[in-house]
Amino acid sequence: MSIPVPALTPARKLKLPRTAERTLANGLTVIAARRPAVPLVELRLRIPFAKTNVARGMLLAETLLSGTSELSNVELSAQLQRIGGHLGASADPDRLLLGGAALTSGLPRLLELLGLVLTDAVYPAGEVAAERDRLADQIQVAKTQPAYLAREALNRRVYGRHPYANQTAEPAQVAAVRPTALRSLHAERVHPAGSALVIVGDVPPAKALDAAEAALSSWNGGGKTVELPPVPPIEGGPVLLADRPGSVQSSLRIGLPAVGRTDPDHGALQLANLVFGGYFSSRLVENIREDKGYTYSPRSAIEHSSAGSAIVVSADVATEVTTPALVETWYELGRLASTPVGTDELEQARRYGIGTLQLSLATQAGLAGLMSSLAGSGLRLDWLTGHAERMASATAEQVSAVAAQYFAPARAATVVLGDAKVVTPSLSGVFPIDDGED
Amino acid sequence: MADRVALVPALSARRVRIPTTNFPVEQFTLANGLRVVLAPDRSAPVVAVAVIYDVGIRSEPEGRTGFAHLFEHLMFQGSENLEKLAHFRYVQGSGGTFNGSTHLDYTDYYQFLPSNALERALFLEADRMRRPKITEENLRNQIDVVSEEIRVNVLNRPYGGFPWLKLPPVMFDTFPNAHDGYGSFVDLNAATVADAEDFFTTYYAASNATLALAGDFTVEQATELVQRHFADVPARPRPVRPSFAEPDLTAERRDSYVDERAPLPAFASAWRVPDPITDFDAYLPYVVLAEVLTDGDSSRLVERLVLKDRAVTGIGGYLGFMGEPFEVRDPTALVLSAHLPPGGAIDDVLRTVDEELDRLATDGLSPGELDRTKARIATQLLRDLDPVLGRALRMGTIAQQRGDAGLTNELPRLLGEVTEESIVSAAAALRPARRATVEVVPGGAK
Repeated sequence: MSIPVPALTPARKLKLPRTAERTLANGLTVIAARRPAVPLVELRLRIPFAKTNVARGMLLAETLLSGTSELSNVELSAQLQRIGGHLGASADPDRLLLGGAALTSGLPRLLELLGLVLTDAVYPAGEVAAERDRLADQIQVAKTQPAYLAREALNRRVYGRHPYANQTAEPAQVAAVRPTALRSLHAERVHPAGSALVIVGDVPPAKALDAAEAALSSWNGGGKTVELPPVPPIEGGPVLLADRPGSVQSSLRIGLPAVGRTDPDHGALQLANLVFGGYFSSRLVENIREDKGYTYSPRSAIEHSSAGSAIVVSADVATEVTTPALVETWYELGRLASTPVGTDELEQARRYGIGTLQLSLATQAGLAGLMSSLAGSGLRLDWLTGHAERMASATAEQVSAVAAQYFAPARAATVVLGDAKVVTPSLSGVFPIDDGED
Repeated sequence: MADRVALVPALSARRVRIPTTNFPVEQFTLANGLRVVLAPDRSAPVVAVAVIYDVGIRSEPEGRTGFAHLFEHLMFQGSENLEKLAHFRYVQGSGGTFNGSTHLDYTDYYQFLPSNALERALFLEADRMRRPKITEENLRNQIDVVSEEIRVNVLNRPYGGFPWLKLPPVMFDTFPNAHDGYGSFVDLNAATVADAEDFFTTYYAASNATLALAGDFTVEQATELVQRHFADVPARPRPVRPSFAEPDLTAERRDSYVDERAPLPAFASAWRVPDPITDFDAYLPYVVLAEVLTDGDSSRLVERLVLKDRAVTGIGGYLGFMGEPFEVRDPTALVLSAHLPPGGAIDDVLRTVDEELDRLATDGLSPGELDRTKARIATQLLRDLDPVLGRALRMGTIAQQRGDAGLTNELPRLLGEVTEESIVSAAAALRPARRATVEVVPGGAK
């Protein structure tokens, strides 16, 4: 006897948390949301960082917390610990991101220490030298990771001469950065204008805004606006084979065009991506993992950056099935681009796309990250309401139309990182190959 | 030192109060032995459903390394009323997410969904608790998938499996504690459908499982739904968990291996700690000690080894080989793991670690050091519990291993009561003679 699967009870409408927003006199935008589940606060500060030198930007992120004129790195860390807090920084071609958390009672102090770092980081020569060596070592280790190498190769292939092509410095470039260069970069680019601070936690939003204003109003209001050029269109072409001798897997990476969050096609594209490989119950996963067993975690994702968006398809497959895995992946791209999407799979993707929006709002850290990421595109949480509506209303025809436009394999940039000696004979029989030698 | 620098005297002088949580918890046991934990929280319309089975890597049979994890994969391949792929589709088609993970002492399965899918989630868990549908075809498929998981996470990258797979065989002598939990390809390929059925029959009894729910429901509603779906899961006896005890080390152990892909040296050391379950009071100081040693720039070993001596590029310290201080049973260890710069000398670093432990054991903590460390630990505990999924998993595991999910709310207070004396004693116990160390010898970046 078979037991029927229980139906869903009526869905609750997407419920956004209470937020408040203020732009300070110095140009800093502060956005606060309340989520009181635990007595903590999360913060994310996003500072525009386009067109900065990659090595300097990376090292600045590593040494921003290395000391102020009054506090050493160890003292700063201890001050943060007292409120149960931490702060960290990272840089990418779009932004410098500072992230942290603390006990709710420590929010004023956390903001105060954040302000101190923003206005008074001194980049001490000794600490910079130490972090420079550590960063160079970390980059050296990263360059042995297939995930890193495959992505690096894809970025070069997709972005050409755009700044997104090179997102990590060479160890030698890092080694050449002096503390004075970091101080100059900080003075030029670490400014409140265009920056967005997000505060999420067990604190009334208005109170969080007041705390931010009290702590950060004296942050310098200068700074220039730097825009990245739009990313170049992705060009189809032969498979770029990046050699990694002895690799026991091949890392497949495919870049496809995409649109930003505000484009009218975005809702339908999101659904097309889910159907293709954007979640477990997708064509790609069901084919090359659950049917063929070629790979553990195949996936596709729409990635949004300031200068453009892209779909990135990834799968790490056993070396001996490199060619069939790529054949199946291309087949799925071509099938999505050229035949109608099924009703059941579309409805399933739609429920997933809409339902998981609520999940993304359900933790302090997740909410803070989402709000910060949206702010990077000039959007707020209410974008989610429209996004849910657009996913709810996209028709099968619209989804198939965007699939034809954005998932067409002829427009894909394909990279395979693997043992070239082993995979070339089979791969070159099926796909035109560029071995990067020219 | 940091604590004497007073930027804001009023604040600096005041001790930060460590908050605790007061999540409501309801617990009961069904007639078939299934333990149930309910933690309602109506703040967001989402719910987490977790089932934790009291079996993990330590329980897998000899000749079947990696089997607990392989079996976890098989639990997603169809069940009494569901075909292959149906589980994934029902969860995700409800707007939810799912996963499972295999640990030394337990295996968990979980779903995180909009709360209108609660009953469906319970049905899905109950259905595979009744019986997974394990076929030869699905077994072979998942052996392939797991093999790729091992390649991507261990074999094809530098420092793969370091230190969680590499250190236990140095520290331990018995198969349950020492073997590779991801498994050898030989053992994985030797697995049969009959093995899986036996494993399920023995270890996946309702009486050996805990069901934990956290999120948007009422206790009455959830109780009724749990009864509806789980009460008729057939009862089987709860397997007796054997002792995995091993004697403490009496002489230092060292081993090394060449990692052909690693460009730089690394090492990890471990010392046995008191039984986390039966000797919790003696265990907790080690949890705090790990943070005193390695949490942030103002911790002992980061300040000394990373910032001052520059002898390591990074160092971490934690309890349990999988870094789960409150989800592990005896025997377990305090683990230190460090990466070194080119040409770094591991013996020198170990000597400095000993020196810093001696200094701590002799001079005690500096003013404020204990309070700020506890504040950090409190933040980490709270951060783990903010997601309802994290709450369901921790409460379920604590209920399973310690008999009372309510202890979850007590953890910040219990850690807050750890004394300086007990931390000093813990530091004094980390002697070289009780230490097991594994070194990664770089084979050059390939």
